[in-house]
Amino acid sequence: MKHVYGWLLLTPAAILLVGFTHYPAAATLWDSLFSTGTVVHPSRFEGLGNYAALADDPIFWRVLGNNFWFALGTIPTSIALAMLMAIWVNDRLPARALVRMAYFTPTVLPMIAVANIWLFFYTPQIGLLDQIGAKFGVASHNWLGDPNTVLACTMAMVIWKESGFFMIFYLAALQSLSPELEEAARIEGASRWTFFRRVTFPLLMPTTLFVLVNATINSFKLVDHLFILTKGGPDNASSLLLYYIYQVAFSFFDTAYASTLTVVLLLLLAGLALLQFQLVEKRVHYR
Amino acid sequence: MKTALTVALAALLAASVPAKAVELTFYYPIAVGGPLTKVIDGYARDFEKENPGVKINPIYAGNYDDARIKALAALKAGQPAQISVLYSIDLYELLEQDVIVPWDDVAATADDKAWLKAFYPSLMMNGTYKGKVYGIPFQRSTIVLYWNKDAFKEAGLDPEKAPANWNEMERMAAKLVKKDASGNVTRWGVMVPSTGYAYWMFQAFARQNGHDLMNPEGNHTNYAHPDVIAALQYWRDLGAKYKVMPEGTVEWGTLRQQFTEGKTAMMWHTTGNLTAVKTSATFPFGVAMLPASKQRGSPTGGGNFYLFKKTTPEERKASLAFVKWLTAPERAADWSIATGYVAVRPEAYETPKLKEYAQGFPQAVVARDQFKFATAELSTFQTGRVRKLLDDAIQASLTGQKTPAAALKAAQGEAEKLLKPYR
Repeated sequence: MKHVYGWLLLTPAAILLVGFTHYPAAATLWDSLFSTGTVVHPSRFEGLGNYAALADDPIFWRVLGNNFWFALGTIPTSIALAMLMAIWVNDRLPARALVRMAYFTPTVLPMIAVANIWLFFYTPQIGLLDQIGAKFGVASHNWLGDPNTVLACTMAMVIWKESGFFMIFYLAALQSLSPELEEAARIEGASRWTFFRRVTFPLLMPTTLFVLVNATINSFKLVDHLFILTKGGPDNASSLLLYYIYQVAFSFFDTAYASTLTVVLLLLLAGLALLQFQLVEKRVHYR
Repeated sequence: MKTALTVALAALLAASVPAKAVELTFYYPIAVGGPLTKVIDGYARDFEKENPGVKINPIYAGNYDDARIKALAALKAGQPAQISVLYSIDLYELLEQDVIVPWDDVAATADDKAWLKAFYPSLMMNGTYKGKVYGIPFQRSTIVLYWNKDAFKEAGLDPEKAPANWNEMERMAAKLVKKDASGNVTRWGVMVPSTGYAYWMFQAFARQNGHDLMNPEGNHTNYAHPDVIAALQYWRDLGAKYKVMPEGTVEWGTLRQQFTEGKTAMMWHTTGNLTAVKTSATFPFGVAMLPASKQRGSPTGGGNFYLFKKTTPEERKASLAFVKWLTAPERAADWSIATGYVAVRPEAYETPKLKEYAQGFPQAVVARDQFKFATAELSTFQTGRVRKLLDDAIQASLTGQKTPAAALKAAQGEAEKLLKPYR
């Protein structure tokens, strides 16, 4: 009888979890085994046919590659930058509150607004980057129109946006560190770099793990900017997996193929999360 | 138990009492600037005043993609929507989902049938399938050439004459390119946007070279015809060979600002930007039809009114009355002035209001004059995928990743695979 209360207390959370996470995931997997149904061509069982089409799709491999480079570019950079900024604003600086606010402002802005601003930064000739470049005699460059630079440009914008957010977590963690450790290190004569490497960084590992998982999810989740900046172009050079899923589902109305792509994304993220928790957890010291 | 039953019965009875007025809900997108929701609401109220017994419920739905998604989702969820303004090229998608009916079925009287023929023929192309009219033109546009008259004067060209053909455009653009001391370009000759709606711009080039990119049945594309490849080659050459346009893709969203800031002397853009350019340009500018190659040409663009299948006969009659009212010459003229879109029927241009407006601002009628050279916007079955294949091919050519011939042939092959089941 006591157990009933336990289950009842769990029910609201369980309903939400099953309704918005487990059921959609299972439904997506089920949908990916059928073809898209229209009134003219009704849906029929395909088995793994959609997955075979996926393997043959050059755009899929392109966006997967793009996402890989995007993750590689944004995750370490934004974490390192966040850590640096947090350590810097943790000290007693003049106007410390102002600097913290300045670092956090990009996070507060909605992604679409940020993308519109950066669209003008990157505009050739009249944009901010090219205007500054013109003062140094650098020729105007088509940043978003050149397949070689467009992905790096989107990465720069996302790093700018995320770092402030991660900085907050590092700041909170740094505030909880005991000041005695630093005093002891100073007495022992340890350099600032040694102190950072041997004391601060390991103690920040729980936060780093959290930020790492967040940054990985973000690298797959943040596609809002593509709608404004490039729409995935030129020729899919800046397209990401989630953006491709949106295009297939809502532009092509091919819900079965979109389900297939979503299953791939789910498996990828689940795999990455498992990996992170298994590997990194060993090196994390919780107190 | 008994009370529950009585309550249920009462509710059922209440729901079964027929509504006194016919209620029409419609979704509409807005793709150009202006306080247009107010204008649409105004039209709805005016129609209701003249027609008691009909209630109009306009719902602003974002851009064309959003409007399509919202309308289809509402229909799937069983929420009523009787008519909607959707992209003119959504026709095949809507047919495949079997959610629309032709206006011919409702247009019973001789007056109605005459009304179906009152629009510009080129605007009816995207809305007609197998001889029946599914889309009534409402907010339509074409591509036009904007030119900076001051820049022309500065380069020693006649500021009142726009290029009439491809050779002239390339020669005049070459004179208009301005470079600074270190050889960097500070003003380009001409810019044609290649992001966002690259296929739309390319349709103009192809049409000017004598070809359409798809057939009226929507099951065949023409991407790899030698003349079409030559058209893409010309577009590529403007940047790569003649150097009058930047290499790589030109951004649709910032092109208007680049023109008004004098970074390009000419631009190809939608007539829907006319009012925005008018208010922000600090120099006199002209608007002309696009230059010809073998002939002049431009695709049309914009939204049509569609009638949904899940409608009662009264709702269909009311919808027909409403759409007829909205496209009456005075209202079409009013809508054109408020938005910058072209008025959808010739009679609108005979109304005193639009005549006066056109006299004061002649740039407003260039798009209309181009109608006789206009062609339908790219629309086929599997339209999203077929369009994206072309967009990718265009962008790959303009950035030098593939030659126009290779890119278009590959796109044509893929499009064939998609469209074969529809033949």
